[in-house]
This record gives sequence, C-alpha cells and structure tokens, in this order.
Amino acid sequence: MTRISPARIALYVISALVLIYLILPVLIIAPISFSSARFLTFPPPSFSLRWYQQYFSNPAWMQATRVTLTVALLTVVIATPLGVAAAYAISQSKLRIMRVIHMALLLPLVVPIIITAVGIFFVYAKVGLVATLPGLVLANVMLGLPYVVISVLAGMQSFDPAQEMVARSLGMNRLRSFFAVTLPQIKSSVVAGGIFAFISAMDETIVALFISGGQYQPLTKRMFTALRDEIDPTIAAISTLMTAASFLLVLAASARQKKPG
Amino acid sequence: MLALVSPALLVILALIVLPVGWLAWQSIYHDGFTLENYRRVFTEDIYWRSFALTFEISLAVTLIALLLGYPVAYLANALPKGWSILILALVVLPFWTSVLVRAYAWLALLQRTGVINQLLRYLELISEPLALVHNTFGTVVATVHILLPFMVLPLYATMQKIPGDLMQAGASLGASPSLTFCRVFLPLSLPGVLAGCTMVFVLCLGFYITPELLGGGRTVMVSMLVSRNVELYNQFGAASAVAVVLLLGVLLIFFAVSRFISLERVLGQK
Repeated sequence: MTRISPARIALYVISALVLIYLILPVLIIAPISFSSARFLTFPPPSFSLRWYQQYFSNPAWMQATRVTLTVALLTVVIATPLGVAAAYAISQSKLRIMRVIHMALLLPLVVPIIITAVGIFFVYAKVGLVATLPGLVLANVMLGLPYVVISVLAGMQSFDPAQEMVARSLGMNRLRSFFAVTLPQIKSSVVAGGIFAFISAMDETIVALFISGGQYQPLTKRMFTALRDEIDPTIAAISTLMTAASFLLVLAASARQKKPG
Repeated sequence: MLALVSPALLVILALIVLPVGWLAWQSIYHDGFTLENYRRVFTEDIYWRSFALTFEISLAVTLIALLLGYPVAYLANALPKGWSILILALVVLPFWTSVLVRAYAWLALLQRTGVINQLLRYLELISEPLALVHNTFGTVVATVHILLPFMVLPLYATMQKIPGDLMQAGASLGASPSLTFCRVFLPLSLPGVLAGCTMVFVLCLGFYITPELLGGGRTVMVSMLVSRNVELYNQFGAASAVAVVLLLGVLLIFFAVSRFISLERVLGQK
C-alpha cells in the first residue's frame, strides 16, 4: 500500500474547499426562494411558494420577463445566421483581411462591457434608439455574435471543404451545396452557438442598465434595481427559475456538441 | 466571401467601433479640442484613488484566483477521467448562473443577517455580526467566485498537454515529487497561468455589477466612476476619458500578453 503524502492530502482538502466555495452560493438560492420568511433567515422557518406567486402575479415582473424572452429569441434569430455566415467565410477564405475581421468579431469579448454600454448609450441617444426594443435587440446581437462565431469556427475545423467542392462539381451552386452538405455537418455547433447567444442575451445586464427604459426593461435591469434597494426574496424565486432555465439550455447545448455530426 | 462577413462586421462596427470611437472623440472635444478631461483624470484625487483601488482589487483577485484555481486544475488533471469531468463540471456550474443571481447569493450569505453571520452567532463564535459585505471584502469574495472558472479552465487545458512521462522521467532520475513539480511541471504550466491571470485581471478591471451591489458605495471601481459620471453628474467628457484610459490599459495588457501566448488561447476560454 502506498502512503499518501501530506502534500497530497492538502491538495485534496484545498480543492474540496474551493469547490464548496464555488457551488454553495448557487445552491443557497433555491431554499431561500421556497422560504416563507419575509426577511432572509436561514434555515427557512417553513416552506412556501409565496415568492413564486409574488413573481407570477406582478405585472411589472411579467412584462420584464416578456421583454427578456422576446429580446433573447430575436437575438438568436438574427445573430445565428450572421455569425454562421461570418464564420464560414473566415474559415473558407484565404484573404489576408479575414484575420483582422476575425479579431474584430471578437471585440465584444475584449472591450470592457461598461465601456461598450456607455458608448452605445451615446450613439443610441443620437439616433433615438434608447428605451426601444430594436435598440435592445441590436445590442444583444452584437454581444452574442462572438459566441456564434467561436462555436461555428470550432465546428468548421473538423469539416472537410473538399466535400463541398464535390457537390459543386456535381452541379450544385454554392448556396445549395452549403445547405445540403456543410450545414448538416456543422449543425450541432450552430445550435450550440445559438444557445450561447440566447443565454448571453438573457443574462445581459450592464448594457440594458444604460439603454433600456420605459416598458422595454429586461428582467435583469429590474433585478439589479431591486437588489440595490432591498433584498426581496422574490428575486430568489426569479433567480432559481433563471438558473434552472440556463442549466437546461447548457445541457441541451453540450449534449448537441458531443453528438458526432 | 467578404459579402458573407459584412453583415456581422457591420453590426460590430456600428455597436462597438463607432461607440468607442465616439467616446474617444468626446473625451478630447468639447467646443474645441481640450485635454481638460485627461488632466482631471490624471490629477484629481477621486480618479487616482479609483484607478489605484481597481488595480489593487484586480491584482488581489487575480492572485487569490490563481492560488485557489491552481490546486483544483492540478487535481482535475491528475485524477482519472470520471473524477476530472466531475470537478470541471462543478467549476463550470456557477459559470452558467447569472452574475446577478450570484450577487444575490453572496448578499444572502454575507450580509449582517445573512447565513454566515447567523451561523457564527448560533455557534457563539461572535456576539456582533461581522461586516462581511458592502465593503471591499465582500466585493473581492464575490468577484473571485465569478472569475475563478476563467482561471481554472486555461490552467487545466495547459496541464492536460504536459506529458506524464516527463514527471516519471524526473522521478526516475531521483528527484522528489516536489522537486519534479517545481522544476518540470510548474514551468510547463506557466502559459496556462499567464492566460488565466490575463483573463481574470482584465475582466476584473472592468467589473461593474459585483462591486456596485456588494461594495456598498464605498468600493468605487473605475467602471462605477464611468457610470456615475454619466448617470449622476452628466459629466460625459470625464466619463469618456476614464473609459478611454481603461480601454487603453486593457488593450495594452492584451498586446503585451500576445507576445508570449496567442490571444486565441486567452479568449478561447470565455
């Protein structure tokens, strides 16, 4: 039997503590959301669904939820084809400038989001897009694009472009051969990219803080404002629902990515 | 091919390049060219303090994330496949919960009537609740929590590529495990350390939600300076100058790091 060294034990203990630190805050929300207490008490005195009722019966929260879902859906519908087209072009073209364009498409990940938010606010103020649905959607399309591009480019790496050549030599035009040959093979990374864009739009807060208003405020903006004022357990209920939704989506995305082809 | 990228490129140009260019212009132009905004940013105390604080917090967060993340990545790399998948899943799990949700969770855990204070009082370890949140401490705890996956993932990816034979070779030549680790494994994992630290540091420099909600108004990071100048004081020129300085700092870091490792490697983990 091998003796376990003290360094090894320390490694296990530290890692376990770090993992608890990572997981505990995520797990703590659900019990709070089912608590009957008006203020935060732990452990919860008794079980209740009042905070969920509060959420579903509040018109302001419901309107914000509709805005969030609408924006996230429209974001996916617009960002996915744009991102796929761009990723396809970047991977297939030999033009030098494509490298620069590739980097440009990743800019939303590089520029600190607070700067993006303030900049968009100034530009939107000039063209009258502040507090509008199109303005909100457009900003989220921009923020979601890198995820689609990265995901599809990763998918394109295992795709053999010669197959498309074959299809075209057999008389298909470029567009048809893309839809008939290429797309089915990179489908899972396209779907995954779309799901990441959806989650990114659902979670986006900082840009929304600056450019949304009136009836077009997403859930995150209302949550942020509520959190600044008072810790209302309704937010725990919303948080639990949001977390559950995004886990389901991530599971769907990773299940798709693992499937070959 | 250019026709295929142009729609996406147009969106990026209209919503990143144009707005940032606008900010830069606004920071130097107000009824004529002026460097007044930059003079203020570099001389006035409140700006200096905020930049210094942001730098300190980012540095502290990066170091803590490295100290916490390295053992986890090391263990995930050393254990058999099933265990390492479990560890990585636990690391990525909080990644996919909203930053707002996690801010709420930390408020619930750390506030005066929060879980930790109640627990400590129940155990009679303290008589007065500790001030764990609405200060720099709370900001750092929550920020490390959010950024830790950005440290662990590149570390793990790099460690995975270190051939196990090298460690065995070290051992067969008579080196102790700790010596092999220090002389062989640690240096080979440095690209991962650099990628992780860059990502965590840069993201932390621009952090907004967490310090705003957990800092209690006292921990004014640069991002809050930008938003306050816009929302409260209508100081667009000053806000723009602060934003430009922050952006230049971030780009400079990326540029410096890109000389050692590829940027795709740094950004790929996000």
